[in-house]
Amino acid sequence: MATNSGIGASVLRKEDARFITGTGRYTDDINLAGQVYCVFVRSPHARAIIKSVDISDAERADGVLAVFTGEDLRSDGIGDLPCGWLVKSKDGTDMVAPSHPAIATKFVNYVGDIYAMVVADSIEAAKNGAELVEADFEILKPVVDVATATTADQIHENVPNNQCYDWELGDSGATETAFANAAHVTSLDIVNNRLIPNAIEPRAALGSYDAASGNYTLYTTSQNPHLERLILAAFVNVAPEAKLHVISPDVGGGFGSKIFVYAEETAVIWATAKVGRPIKWTAERIESFQADAHGRDHVTHAELALSETGEFLGLQVRTIANMGAYLSTFASSVPTYLYGTLLSGQYKTPAIHVEVQSVFTNTAPVDAYRGAGRPEATYVVERLVETAARELGTDPAELRRKNFIQTSDFPYETPVALTYDTGDYEASLDRALSLADYSGFAQRRAASEAKGKRRGIGFSCYIEACGLAPSQVALSLGAGVGLFESAEVRVDVTGSVTVMTGTHSHGQGHETTFAQVVADKLGIPFENVTVVHGDTSKSDYGLGTYGSRSLVVGGSAIATATDKVITKAKKIAAHMLNSTAEQVSFEDGMFKIPDSNESLSFGEVAFSAYVPGNFPIDELEPGLSEKAFYDPANFTYPAGTHICEVEVDPDTGTTKVVSFVAVDDFGNVINPMIVEGQVHGGITQGIGQALLEHGVYDADGQLLTGSYMDYTMPRAEDVPEFIVDTTVTPCTHNPLGAKGCGEAGAIGATAAVMNAITDALSVKDIPMPATAETVWRATTGE
Amino acid sequence: MYSFNYHYVRSTEEASTLFSSCESAAYLSGGMTLIPTLKQRLDYPTDVIDLRGIDALEGIDNENGFVRVGSRTCHAGVANNAPINALAELAGGIGDFQVRNCGTIGGSIANNDPAADYPAALLGLGATVHTNDRTISADDFFVDLFETSLELGEIVTAVSFPTPQRAAYMKFPNPASRYAIVGVFVAELQSGVRVAVTGAGSCAFRATAFEEALQSDFQPDAIAGIAVDHSAFNSDIHASQEFRGHLVTEMAKRAVAKIS
Repeated sequence: MATNSGIGASVLRKEDARFITGTGRYTDDINLAGQVYCVFVRSPHARAIIKSVDISDAERADGVLAVFTGEDLRSDGIGDLPCGWLVKSKDGTDMVAPSHPAIATKFVNYVGDIYAMVVADSIEAAKNGAELVEADFEILKPVVDVATATTADQIHENVPNNQCYDWELGDSGATETAFANAAHVTSLDIVNNRLIPNAIEPRAALGSYDAASGNYTLYTTSQNPHLERLILAAFVNVAPEAKLHVISPDVGGGFGSKIFVYAEETAVIWATAKVGRPIKWTAERIESFQADAHGRDHVTHAELALSETGEFLGLQVRTIANMGAYLSTFASSVPTYLYGTLLSGQYKTPAIHVEVQSVFTNTAPVDAYRGAGRPEATYVVERLVETAARELGTDPAELRRKNFIQTSDFPYETPVALTYDTGDYEASLDRALSLADYSGFAQRRAASEAKGKRRGIGFSCYIEACGLAPSQVALSLGAGVGLFESAEVRVDVTGSVTVMTGTHSHGQGHETTFAQVVADKLGIPFENVTVVHGDTSKSDYGLGTYGSRSLVVGGSAIATATDKVITKAKKIAAHMLNSTAEQVSFEDGMFKIPDSNESLSFGEVAFSAYVPGNFPIDELEPGLSEKAFYDPANFTYPAGTHICEVEVDPDTGTTKVVSFVAVDDFGNVINPMIVEGQVHGGITQGIGQALLEHGVYDADGQLLTGSYMDYTMPRAEDVPEFIVDTTVTPCTHNPLGAKGCGEAGAIGATAAVMNAITDALSVKDIPMPATAETVWRATTGE
Repeated sequence: MYSFNYHYVRSTEEASTLFSSCESAAYLSGGMTLIPTLKQRLDYPTDVIDLRGIDALEGIDNENGFVRVGSRTCHAGVANNAPINALAELAGGIGDFQVRNCGTIGGSIANNDPAADYPAALLGLGATVHTNDRTISADDFFVDLFETSLELGEIVTAVSFPTPQRAAYMKFPNPASRYAIVGVFVAELQSGVRVAVTGAGSCAFRATAFEEALQSDFQPDAIAGIAVDHSAFNSDIHASQEFRGHLVTEMAKRAVAKIS
């Protein structure tokens, strides 16, 4: 129904009142009776043998209640932190995963690796205790450089050559043939820089144990509380699943970094029963830098084969991906099934072959970060295509257009295992060219040059696979869990509605978007719908929020459950109207029967459901509450065109993003304001990667960017006023026709910015981030 | 942070007496360096003496042709009220709003961070530092990395700046911290041209080659060809010695261009 709060309306976010007024309830805001605190003792070395850990002085310190080492967890049957996705190498062998204890026992393998835990009645007492933990380390030479990791010293006993797997996808023979027949080959060596996620709220955990019932409760900053519970119960053996209650309250951003099950909450929930007191841990910012899973960190050689007339014939990609010191929860899937599968981009490249070697280094673990694999794939494809256009002297927009998959080609099966359901890539490109005033660029460039500046323009026609994921596909590719989503739509007696979802909102605005979907379908006021998430005792199950899946998968579950509510409500209405369910229509919140003026509101039917005066109880149950589990039939494929213009000051190397246009196809949009906000945030992170952000370790494995003094976050003044628009081809296989929007900005933007900078500088490539010095050196011809 | 005794004092005499009676005391002004250092347990004074209650250290006055800035004056106060534009602009470019409303000029110069902005202004304008005991010329005040000529327990009470005929400060900020990777303060005073550089080396210094060139020809081209010796400059992930060297000349040119 057309309302100002239904599907398609830019409703203000329900959650913002509490966020803006500081009344959100985050993990660290929660305090339990008798609560104590813990501090983790972290390795100052990148790689060392733990010869001994003496905790005796720490145990005697004022206020210290307990000190634990890795042996305490191990002897209590606490298992390693698992990786949930099994990737196989080319030769069919399984990936090799090193042991990953929550608290290290024999070796520390990165700066920040935990080797002891101190529990005390205050944070200061715990810190005092931590200073008294005496470890005897034998320091070893660390492996830091990803490109040479396979020939460096072996880090883990069971991982030869520091190699996790050597994976491939695509047809190598067909690709070789394509290159043999090519009129032109464009090649690039590129590095996708390591990023540190930097959610505004640091990770935190508060565990408690009730000895009477044997129940554990864990409040933590998780993007997927059910998965947290599953892993802690089934793999780490903290407690039986039914005895473990995980609550993820308000969470201040995640960007992927809070998907994973980390050492800290594992140790906290285990120790709470040992100590017999609730234990709280909240990361200090330096711990976020050191020990949140980092993102990206690829070294890639890529080649594109083209025909004489500029058709793409083949693509060959070889990537070394850094896993860091251990395999984080989903690390193995990021540079494989979320990367190699996207290398077809928006193009009809007939032959693609990708090889990915994942290696271990003595650095923080690397896992999914906003976009997860797909930004890296987009970066490879779009940098390569732009470079090919320059080498061929072709307009980069037109070279792309020539190679686009056409609307008549859908469903389109790529050479890298995906089937795109729908899209219209030229529509996005044309709209973006118009909004960017592409034809006026030459004039703007001349104006910049007249001021002594250099101007460049860059494109990125990205695609992503979102709505993770069809369970059957994911499971067949090695995932350890299905990737469906659950929902419950519970109608209250008075006609208000409570929606339980297994997804989790940590900034996305689900309380608003999901309420719009339900209110729209039921024809009731938006205010009457309350969305509940983040609590394993309230939602049946859920796989959480990442991979732009919440609306696409979670919202589809909610839509399906809402449809079931309507079906049931029609039966009740039929009974009340002395008709049949088939005769009852439901529109704008009213139940009607043909040729009658009688009608019932949704509220009247809801009331009757719970006050079932004369229900035929053998045919019609009281109550109005329905559940749905939705498993998507395919991924969704948001795509679009980003166009970036930069102005470079050659005297200082300073780069200013002067214009940024993003035209995205997210399918149907529920709340355009929220979608635009997601795009703004994503582009800002994409610009951050291109110009500013870099997680840097020195040769000794020390993190040089361990604070905001050195790690550069993008700020408002670093980005222009974004020009954002959408085109729409609805997803063909989910009830909302939605594709997902959470990652698109970060996926598309980086390549557009770097294409613009290399255009301005007339160079083939410069490394990211394009710092002032890097750009200055390029202008001086170095 | 570790526990310490906290003292709130009302006069420099009280502060100074207390300081000498403590085992290891630290003065607290704006706290922009001390508080993070304490929180990271990198320093552990037995006593912290809070100078913010000494009202005599506050304010900006004109005094015999000099602008006297009390040491407790925060950066926002200087940015809003200093009658020397280049000084006000420099102060307005320090840190962010929170830093500018907490951090003080006295605290900044006593700390002498190699990338701080104020040392460039003091050297560039030929300022005089007043303490509870004496006066020190800026040229003698900044000694080396985090080192000044202040004696242990000595308190900066004010800084007197001569009013220049013209002056400008150009800074190339660290993109993360917004400290100066290179900041150059150029001033023409009755006594001649002065050029001071911060961020590049271990401590702010005067660029005498620039001063001489500008003394005879005050325009950017006069220094465009002068390369500073960058062999002892700072180098980090944000800028190499060579890039800092380039930026010194570039920022100096821009400062001169702004006022010529």
